[in-house]
Amino acid sequence: MAANYNFPDPSVIKEELINKYPAKVAKKRSKSIVINDPETIPEVQANVRTVPGIISQRGCSYAGCKGVVLGPTRDIVNITHGPIGCSFYSWLTRRNQTRPESPTDENFITYCFSTDMQEENIVFGGEKKLKVAIQEAYDLFHPKAIAIFSTCPVGLIGDDVHAAAREMKEKLGDCNVFGFSCEGYRGVSQSAGHHIANNGVFKHMVGRNNAPVEGKFKLNLLGEYNIGGDAFEIERIFEKCGITLVASFSGNSTVTAIENAHMADLNVILCHRSINYMGDMMETRYGIPWMKVNFVGAESSAKSLRKIAEYFGDAELTARIEAVIAEEAPKVKAIIDEIRPRTEGKTAMLFVGGSRAHHYQDLFSELGMTTIAAGYEFAHRDDYEGRHVLPNIKIDADSKNIEELKVTADPDLFNPRKSEAELEELKAKGVEINGYEGMMKQMESKSLVIDDVSHYESEKLIELYKPDIFCAGIKEKYVVQKMGVPLKQLHSYDYGGPYTGFEGAVNFYKDIDRMVNNPVWKLIKAPWEKAGTESLEATYGIS
Amino acid sequence: MLLRHTTKEVKEREGLTINPAKTCQPIGAMYAALGIHGCLPHSHGSQGCCSYHRSTLTRHYKEPVMAGTSSFTEGASVFGGQANLLQAIETIFSVYDPDIIAVHSTCLSETIGDDLQQITKKASDDGKIPEGKFVIYASTPSFIGSHITGYANMVAGMAEQFTVSTGEKKDQVNIVAGWMEPSDMREIKRVAKDLGVKIVLFPDTSDVLDAPQTGKHEFYPKGGVTIDELKSTGDSKCTLALGSISAEPGAIALDKKCKVPFETLDMPIGLSATDRFIMSLSKAGGVSVPAEITAERGRLVDVMADMEQYLYGKKVALFGDPDHLVPLTEFLLDLNMKPVHIVSGTPGMKFDKRMKEILERAPYANFKNGLNADMFLLHQWIKNEPVDLLIGNTYGKYIARDEDIPFVRYGFPILDRVGHSYFPSVGYTGGLRLVEKILNALLDRQDRDALEEKFELVM
Ligand code: SF4
Ligand code: SF4
Repeated sequence: MAANYNFPDPSVIKEELINKYPAKVAKKRSKSIVINDPETIPEVQANVRTVPGIISQRGCSYAGCKGVVLGPTRDIVNITHGPIGCSFYSWLTRRNQTRPESPTDENFITYCFSTDMQEENIVFGGEKKLKVAIQEAYDLFHPKAIAIFSTCPVGLIGDDVHAAAREMKEKLGDCNVFGFSCEGYRGVSQSAGHHIANNGVFKHMVGRNNAPVEGKFKLNLLGEYNIGGDAFEIERIFEKCGITLVASFSGNSTVTAIENAHMADLNVILCHRSINYMGDMMETRYGIPWMKVNFVGAESSAKSLRKIAEYFGDAELTARIEAVIAEEAPKVKAIIDEIRPRTEGKTAMLFVGGSRAHHYQDLFSELGMTTIAAGYEFAHRDDYEGRHVLPNIKIDADSKNIEELKVTADPDLFNPRKSEAELEELKAKGVEINGYEGMMKQMESKSLVIDDVSHYESEKLIELYKPDIFCAGIKEKYVVQKMGVPLKQLHSYDYGGPYTGFEGAVNFYKDIDRMVNNPVWKLIKAPWEKAGTESLEATYGIS
Repeated sequence: MLLRHTTKEVKEREGLTINPAKTCQPIGAMYAALGIHGCLPHSHGSQGCCSYHRSTLTRHYKEPVMAGTSSFTEGASVFGGQANLLQAIETIFSVYDPDIIAVHSTCLSETIGDDLQQITKKASDDGKIPEGKFVIYASTPSFIGSHITGYANMVAGMAEQFTVSTGEKKDQVNIVAGWMEPSDMREIKRVAKDLGVKIVLFPDTSDVLDAPQTGKHEFYPKGGVTIDELKSTGDSKCTLALGSISAEPGAIALDKKCKVPFETLDMPIGLSATDRFIMSLSKAGGVSVPAEITAERGRLVDVMADMEQYLYGKKVALFGDPDHLVPLTEFLLDLNMKPVHIVSGTPGMKFDKRMKEILERAPYANFKNGLNADMFLLHQWIKNEPVDLLIGNTYGKYIARDEDIPFVRYGFPILDRVGHSYFPSVGYTGGLRLVEKILNALLDRQDRDALEEKFELVM
């Protein structure tokens, strides 16, 4: 645990955060602002609508579906069906790195495809234009797969993207075409889009290729999008350990690998929020258990590798993993020993995403820094409080509209990788299968947990706590920095990274050290603005 | 290769846009609204649009970009967004306390058919707009035009909804800024001051999107045209609109409402367009051009003459927005360069016509704008007829790298460099900056590629 920090009375601060809101808004927000107690874990209101007019960090379902989940797969032609904007803004801005195997391998990540709907398409329907676009994409590129993403107006005018996809798939023959109803108004945030994406990938991609995969320890990496090369670092470690990565959902991934994913024997989940549905569905259909891991933080990475070793229960693998940790850890230690004296005792706030606000606390804790407030942009209660609350979560009108796939065991391919008894045994050893404890258990008592933090609340928090670093996204970056506090972007990493694994941890330590100790923060005031330090009378001559 | 699937063979496309050279209306409206002092732009639609627009503007300016959203959910999409907007207006005034909320629509609220005029009127009737505060609006459907159209619509909205003519003429000239950088707006104001003409510039994002680091976040930075200034434009002698696509609609609106006559000019980028601007502004203000400005002009011409050998005949491909491309193409021709490929996703008859006039001096040029005029096509053209220089926004870097072409960043958005918001590219000084950038790109290339024995010290 991090160095002791004296928390100011959080109830006073909570009051400050909401007292400017109209009464109804204040009441609503107060349920999303919670004073943590890791023992009892109070309830956090999450995954509810943002009040109109409140400046929120959140984006939309399309962003979660196309931007987050499907975007990183390099050989799908992703066509946005709608007016031009949405496709333009999601063009390359998420930094999903990818490494095609050869110079001729398919890679569409650098491209942006749109039907650029015009007024007549809105009035008379856009399906025809969509089909023409699909045909043109096919004629130009002959891709393995074409995915279609609906933006706001599409659902309203009644375009049936799924029918168009089916028709074109049949017509083209050798191209898998499928659509997503991920209009921006669905759900309350990107989260709806994650769910919609999971459903579509499961329905249209997973299980299409039964080719056996070589390797003794085969797993899929779920909820890792290779921002800043994170997946590359995990791939490096897996390879050293002799673990076979069948498919990644979806950083640095390919269509073929995803279609083959059900040949793996374990799913490890990094970002629980964006991909837990996939874990559950693959378990039900194919009998592949999933396990929550975390490769953010050197200690967490080692711990996650050991969990994987426990799961496979193979002495050779265990030995090899220990050898890898023994080789990597000293390099990390050398760096942290040098840096930690400069970061020790400092404080951080993290408001981002659906998993990073949790996992990056590990890195800060390795730096000797305390997380004094944290929250997600689009998570659900289980990401805060742990999956045990799932049965108690009320499904409101906004979530009800998002399809829950009815998944059953596949008559031919269902094959439970572990027996009930084996699962019990693992659990007894502390390896939780299909479980996630959430963020709050790890956070200190009296720290603040805030869901969907607003701009207003962020500014207040900074004023009241004066943290040494604030972690959020691009929209918050320069606001916070204008207040004289460095902001680390945890979506784009400020164009740095990777931050996963051992090499990533070192990158992060160095970046945070640089940021919190940068001399620029002391240069903000001009000499003449510093009261009383300068005499207004000039003196000249040799002294 | 980053764009490894781009083929040389050009085929007509009707359904698919690839690598667009435009984006959607609301972001333009948001940018324009930030040019009013004390204004909070508001996006009436689902929160994704607002998030995207804020992110893109933030990446371009590396500055805070504040805006509200009506946060539509499925219910609002079915029943209309009136309740959301009313609640948003109430929340915004109590929490963020702007002087003005400038609402723009999105494709969602446009498709539903929300009537912004009616809803804002209702907000006012219901007492949701505090005394002395304003809510203005612009309809900005993304399925028409581009981000430039959205900018123009919001600017026209300002003119329609704010200006009044008191009947008493003021000795001032309105300048409607087309979509340009805060640095450019600052430069226009400086030039007018040096000329001795009193102007009202709107919108004006200088001191908003280039705010200084002070250790304090100013939610409403000191810049922006004030409400009083905006109102007073109805009494001005005349209006100059800088750009027929992004600025003229504002001037037309003013003329319609307050009978302020206007002249539309190309944006003053490069020598000739700046010449026309200075002529018009000095005439409008009834002043003669001071020697400093003539000297500024002289410095630009001097560099053009001194360095002409490096510019002559160089082929250029450029893409971006109409009011930039027109004068920029003209400037390239003045520099004795060859603009061979020009693409803009923004449609417009006036743009077309103006470009054709300019291109009479360059009959060899490929030019396409509007639907399917995208960067994929531009890249294909380049593959067929290679160029020595590419000018455009950051997305051009993929083409530049694949084809190994020197690249000058210009336009919107620039996501990977700074400078555009601080150093102008309008006026003679801006022209100097453009020439410097072009020369640097070309000469760096010559230095990189020169044989050792041909490596020049003096250039
Ligand atoms: S939904 Fe429409 S307004 Fe929103 S980003 Fe997309 S194109 Fe632009
Ligand atoms: S939490 Fe962050 S990494 Fe995970 S899906 Fe969300 S944006 Fe992506």
